[in-house]
Amino acid sequence: MEILNLEGAEDTPKIMLDKANGIFELSGRSLPEDSAEFYQPILDWIEAYESDPNPSTEFTFKLEYFNTASSKLILDVLSALEDIDGMSIVWYFHEDDEDMEEAGEEFSELVELPFEFKTY
Amino acid sequence: MKYIYDLHQSLSGHHLILAYEGEFTQEITKSILAMVERNMDSTGEDSSIKRKVFNVMVESLQNIVKHADNNQEASHSAVFMVGKQKEKYTIISGNPMNNETIPIVQDKIDAVNKLDKDGLKAYYKEIIKNTKISEKGGAGLGFVDMARKSGQKLEVDFQDLGTGQSFFALKASIERL
Repeated sequence: MEILNLEGAEDTPKIMLDKANGIFELSGRSLPEDSAEFYQPILDWIEAYESDPNPSTEFTFKLEYFNTASSKLILDVLSALEDIDGMSIVWYFHEDDEDMEEAGEEFSELVELPFEFKTY
Repeated sequence: MKYIYDLHQSLSGHHLILAYEGEFTQEITKSILAMVERNMDSTGEDSSIKRKVFNVMVESLQNIVKHADNNQEASHSAVFMVGKQKEKYTIISGNPMNNETIPIVQDKIDAVNKLDKDGLKAYYKEIIKNTKISEKGGAGLGFVDMARKSGQKLEVDFQDLGTGQSFFALKASIERL
C-alpha cells in the first residue's frame, strides 16, 4: 500500500501513513484554508487501509493546534478509524496544554475507540 | 499630515499592538499570526495564554476570509486588531455584513454568551457531531470555540451603514493571569 507522506507547513499538519512500517501519525498545526480538501486524501487512504489493515494499528495524533474546521475533519478521521479492527488512538498533548488534553478527551467521548493519552 | 500622529495616538490609546485593514487571505492570516506570535514570544508571554490568543485570532481571521470569499468588497473593508494590556489581550474584528444576516449572527452570539464553561463544552460537542463543513469551509463552531478559549462573553456591535449593510464588530478578550 502506498505511503501517504505530507510535509507539514505553518498551517497544515505533517502526515505519515505507512502501513508497512506501522507508522500512522498526524502532527503539528492544522488551520488549512480548505480543511475538507486537505483532509480528503487522508480519509481516502484510511478507506483503502480498511480493506486490508494490519492486525493492530496505533494511530497517533500529536497536534500543537487545530482550528474548528479541522476539528470537524479530525472527527471524520476518527469515525473512519472506528470501522477498523485492532485500532487504537494515541493522543499527545504538550504537558501544560490543558485545552489539547480536553480536546482529546472530547473526541474520545464521541467515538468508540480506545484512547491513550501521552504528554510531550 | 497630522492624521498620522492622530492615528498613532489613537492606536496607543486603545493599547493596540496590531491593526490591519485591507485584503484578507490565508497568506495574510499567516503573516498576522506570525507577527502577534513574535510579539508574545519577545515579551515572554505564558504559553497557555499564547495558545488561547492564537486560537481566537485564527477563528476571527478565518471568519473574515470566509466572508470575503463571496463578497469582494468585504475583503477590503474589514479590519483586524489585537490589543494588549496588563490584564488582557483583546482580539477585534470588524466587517460589513448584510442586514438580513444580523439576526442569524446575533442569535449565535446570544446562544454562546448565555452558556457557562460546561454548557459551552456540551454545545461544542453537540454541533461537531451534527455539523457538515459549509461551502465556505466553516464548521459552525467558530463563536463557540472563541468563547471557550476566551473564557469571557463575546462582545458584538452593529453600526448601520445605511446601505442595507451594517458594520459588524466582534471583540473577544483573553485574561492574562
